[in-house]
Amino acid sequence: MKKLALVLGFAMTFGTFQMANAQEAAPMIAQSCAGCHGQAGAGQGSSPVLAGYDAEDFVRVWHEFRANERPATIMNRIAPGFTDDEVAELAAYFASLQQGE
Amino acid sequence: MNISRRSFAALAGATSLTLATPALLRAQSAGRLVVIGGGFGGASAARYARMAFPDVDVTLVEPQTSFVTCPYGNLILGGKRVLSDITHSYDGLRARGVNVIHDRAQDIDADGHRVTLANGEELEYDKLIVSPGIGFRWDAIEGYDEAAAEVFPHAWTGGDGSQISNLRQQLEEMPQGGVVGLSIPGNPFRCPPGPYERISMIAHYLKQANPTAKIMAFDSKDAFSKQGLFQDAWEELYGDMIEWVPGNADGKIVRVDAENKVFFSEFGEEHRVDVGNVIPPQMAASLAHDAGLVNDSGWVPVDQTTFESAVARDVHVIGDANIASPMPKSGYIANSTAKTAVAAALSDLTGSGAPSDPVYFNTCYSHAGEDYSFSVVGVFRPDGGEIVETPDSGGTSARGPLTELAETRRLEAGYADAWYDSITDDMFS
Ligand SMILES: Cc1cc2nc3c(=O)[nH]c(=O)nc-3n(C[C@H](O)[C@H](O)[C@H](O)COP(=O)(O)OP(=O)(O)OC[C@H]3O[C@@H](n4cnc5c(N)ncnc54)[C@H](O)[C@@H]3O)c2cc1C
Ligand code: HEC
Repeated sequence: MKKLALVLGFAMTFGTFQMANAQEAAPMIAQSCAGCHGQAGAGQGSSPVLAGYDAEDFVRVWHEFRANERPATIMNRIAPGFTDDEVAELAAYFASLQQGE
Repeated sequence: MNISRRSFAALAGATSLTLATPALLRAQSAGRLVVIGGGFGGASAARYARMAFPDVDVTLVEPQTSFVTCPYGNLILGGKRVLSDITHSYDGLRARGVNVIHDRAQDIDADGHRVTLANGEELEYDKLIVSPGIGFRWDAIEGYDEAAAEVFPHAWTGGDGSQISNLRQQLEEMPQGGVVGLSIPGNPFRCPPGPYERISMIAHYLKQANPTAKIMAFDSKDAFSKQGLFQDAWEELYGDMIEWVPGNADGKIVRVDAENKVFFSEFGEEHRVDVGNVIPPQMAASLAHDAGLVNDSGWVPVDQTTFESAVARDVHVIGDANIASPMPKSGYIANSTAKTAVAAALSDLTGSGAPSDPVYFNTCYSHAGEDYSFSVVGVFRPDGGEIVETPDSGGTSARGPLTELAETRRLEAGYADAWYDSITDDMFS
């Protein structure tokens, strides 16, 4: 009887999280952005929204940060740390997200 | 689950069923991940594992029923936050299906793939992530023991929040014109800029509440993180309230007398303080020692790509407890490396392939005053068995006169708040 209660308890817990888990994880390279820009590029406080960012704009903006040609408090120090391939992957990922998702 | 501990333990023993592995469900699961420690490393790992590897059973072991962050604790001292602002619930992780057990992990049997809890129960795992944080070297400063830490709080672990609350209360009750003494350890230690943010936030509070007070910061080191930025801020904002005494000017405190509130320096100077904050020298948390994971340094050697222990297979150690220099012991690094460690640990269970070129990321914002913050950033990558900072990237906010940089400092204060909310969402939401 006790064993049954235990197993049922687990089954119930397991049932509820199937739903909560609908949101997929971002690719590894984009994980660190979530530490300032919120989950799935949704933005957080004064930190800008990245979800739905046009991919070409993203690459252009990134190069401006790298070259110190765009006003920045911190992205000008972050941008040089990523390769062009990584920037392309980031651009594609954030462009693929719906704003407000 | 309304089943008593004793009958559960009996049942678990009788059927070799463990909390992490209900027999019924094991067949459907890709494997069992157990995470020890529900802080920056552990909570991030458990959450990320549920999101990226939904077929894996995840169990988190953490004694505290809610988590008090060290980051933003200094803002309590500055009067800008209260304890509830920096206290986080594990309900979000539970809602993601993490099996959260509030107990202390007592020991790890790496060969048997088992964790023993303080209550005697055993958890079986396929992969183990350990992020227990720091422990203190209680023998390093004579007279500084757990009883003395009630008089001279360290406030260097979150715990139940009582340490930071104690320090705040003592600052409030300090007589006008009193002296606050800090004792700051040598490297390596948790959060290199943390002591200096703390000095700043204490000064921020005293400037309003106790303007004739003094802060004496006794340091074991001759230099520190973001030093120029901090010293500029201290001069600009607090005049001569703060005196920083470096190691080469006899700043190292080797003994304290909590009863009479005295600090003793290496060369015999006695400093009477009204309020003392002793940040003791550190090492990996006790579990890492008890489980035989540490080397002579007192920290845990790990593979620099997978964070697997050098001595225990299938045991990955992340966060402040491990050796991963030149990366700082920070919450952001614990969060960032947690994800790589999870992906590496679970790759053979799930057939997903280990992360090939991981990037580890750090940012530490520091608050020096009202609308006055700055940051240090680092992008790190493993390279030939070591970790290297990516060339020509990262670094600190620019220095310069406040007349030119006031807007930047104000913006960074806002972005720091955005960081805090983002990173804690990335752990607990
Ligand atoms: C004043 C201060 C300010 C800071 N500011 C910043 C900042 O602005 N940015 C930043 O990135 N970092 C900051 N840090 C550093 C940050 O707090 C740490 O680097 C981070 O907490 C490390 O994560 P961790 O997982 O290793 O340890 P923790 O976050 O401390 O988590 C360890 C957890 O393990 C649990 N535990 C311990 N032993 C066991 C056991 N045997 N069984 C089960 N559970 C156990 C503990 O209860 C704890 O909850 C600051 C630190 C301080 C002190
Ligand atoms: C430490 C916090 C932090 C991290 C981490 C961070 N950003 Fe930013 N980001 C900012 C801030 C702050 C700005 C505003 C510009 C500035 O002040 O540098 C910004 C601006 C941007 C912009 C320009 C938005 C616009 O239209 O103005 C892009 C694009 C961007 N970030 C992408 C990223 C990506 C991609 C990552 C992860 C690789 C990332 N950021 C990581 C803080 C951060």
